[in-house]
Amino acid sequence: MTINEIQDELISDFELFDDWESKYEFIIDLGKQFPPLEEQYKTEDNIIKGCQSRVWLNAYMDGDLLKFEADSDAIIVRGLVSMLVKVLSGHTPEQIAKSDLYFMERIGLHQHLAQTRSNGLAAMLKQMKAYGFAFQAKSVNA
Amino acid sequence: MSHNLNIASIRSDFPILNEVVNGKQLVYFDNAATTQKPRLVLDALSGYYEHYNANIHRGIHHLAEKATSAFEQSRKRLQAFLNAEHSEEIIFTYGTTDGINLVASAYGRKFLKEGDEVIISTMEHHSNIVPWQMLCEEKGCILKVIPINDEGELLMDEYEKLLTEKTKFVSVVHVSNALGTINPIKEIIQKAHAVGAKVLIDGAQASSHIEIDVQDLDCDFYSLSLHKIYGPTGMGILYGKRDLLNAMPPYRGGGEMIKEVTFAKTTYNELPYKFEAGTPNIADVVAAKYALDYVDALGKPQIAAHENELLKYATNAVSEIEGLRIIGQAKEKVSVLSFVIDGIHHQDIGVLLDQQGIAVRTGHHCTQPLMNRFNITGTSRASFAVYNTIEEIDRLIQGLHKVRKMLG
Ligand SMILES: Cc1ncc(COP(=O)(O)O)c(C=O)c1O
Repeated sequence: MTINEIQDELISDFELFDDWESKYEFIIDLGKQFPPLEEQYKTEDNIIKGCQSRVWLNAYMDGDLLKFEADSDAIIVRGLVSMLVKVLSGHTPEQIAKSDLYFMERIGLHQHLAQTRSNGLAAMLKQMKAYGFAFQAKSVNA
Repeated sequence: MSHNLNIASIRSDFPILNEVVNGKQLVYFDNAATTQKPRLVLDALSGYYEHYNANIHRGIHHLAEKATSAFEQSRKRLQAFLNAEHSEEIIFTYGTTDGINLVASAYGRKFLKEGDEVIISTMEHHSNIVPWQMLCEEKGCILKVIPINDEGELLMDEYEKLLTEKTKFVSVVHVSNALGTINPIKEIIQKAHAVGAKVLIDGAQASSHIEIDVQDLDCDFYSLSLHKIYGPTGMGILYGKRDLLNAMPPYRGGGEMIKEVTFAKTTYNELPYKFEAGTPNIADVVAAKYALDYVDALGKPQIAAHENELLKYATNAVSEIEGLRIIGQAKEKVSVLSFVIDGIHHQDIGVLLDQQGIAVRTGHHCTQPLMNRFNITGTSRASFAVYNTIEEIDRLIQGLHKVRKMLG
């Protein structure tokens, strides 16, 4: 599936919920199901510092595809992180670098991306794209 | 002590309390971060801009005189609020942080030298840590830290051990923003003076709850922010003893702070203008007076009595939440309830309470060393002001039950 197809699928998942509780329960469930990042990757280099919760992001190339693994110490952020990983992981660096993420806004969760200082989400998204650009440049040079 | 305040009528003075957040009536429990402003203060702000906006201390026209007079009246009002001996001991600043930086820079750089010691405490806000670290780094001074006990109270014996003839400055918070602890500052000041050290008190959190008398306290400096006393943002004052302020060099150069400027030499203006370079925040200074009038009309002891009732009720009520632990159980406390819940991240608590229209603060509260002392990364903090009610605390408790249910 393309990045946009995955985003559209998430948007329709969220259309089922008509109140904040079921929406957040779903995000919390996503957070619980998301596999934890192995301790060896929870390094200072991989940490994305927010003011409130910590987010770790690990990126690696798998063939032509750029893949992400991530984690957070707060469960709701973990759920949101899992969605960002689901949308962006496993595409080419170029696709990731060029992607336009609209699903958070459409689901009504954009405030989580706006609070740059209080959680690492916005910084994480920026970092994911930066990896996209970096690996794209590498493959062009190679 | 009980009080005779009419809380419903007080609430109607604060237009923002009618806001609806996420479909629910706002419950505002983030008062330690900043308090809301009564209509009186909002009117003073717009009244200034609508009727007498002008630059002060310069023009001789009507508006300039009116603005200057209102500005200087605010200084007198703050002098009375703190019971300072002289009005020129009141320096207008951007807030607590700015005042502390002024002292660390203007006093510290002139009077401290290599090997001198500065004492702060474990429960300081970053604003009362970083300026001293910067000074110590520059001058080769040594920073010492008063430890605390598990209740969140300063260990006064340890403080006494830190005091020596090398101690040149003590800078301590009056009331902790993260714990609510009221520190015994009068004793702290006396003991520091006994070894010849000067003392600054960070009064950011104290000034809306506690009567402050700088002459009785005998502190050398007292820094506070008006936005925490129902007043405007980005505006505060530094109180300093006149002799000390006179002995200090200016902090910033520019207009207003000079007597005469030639390219060869500038002579500085007198107090307080020496420390007020540039056009100040006139509108907010003018409006500050109205915030203090509002507080004094209600009466700080009355306000404190109401807030203490809320704190007591909330402290009892949260004990029914499974796994909840209060951080900060000092005997002397203001209305700050900081807590952690086992196995639940404070940010998750904040997000889910926000969905229910309840505003609390979550995180390290700009007191990371204090959080490290308690081995936590942060807390959730509900802090109460005069317009809060028992019903609102009930909503917080229901909200927390829901958080537990959703995250359990
Ligand atoms: C204890 C304490 N000190 C200093 C400050 C800084 O105040 P301001 O940001 O208004 O300068 C605060 C405000 O959060 C505080 O609570």
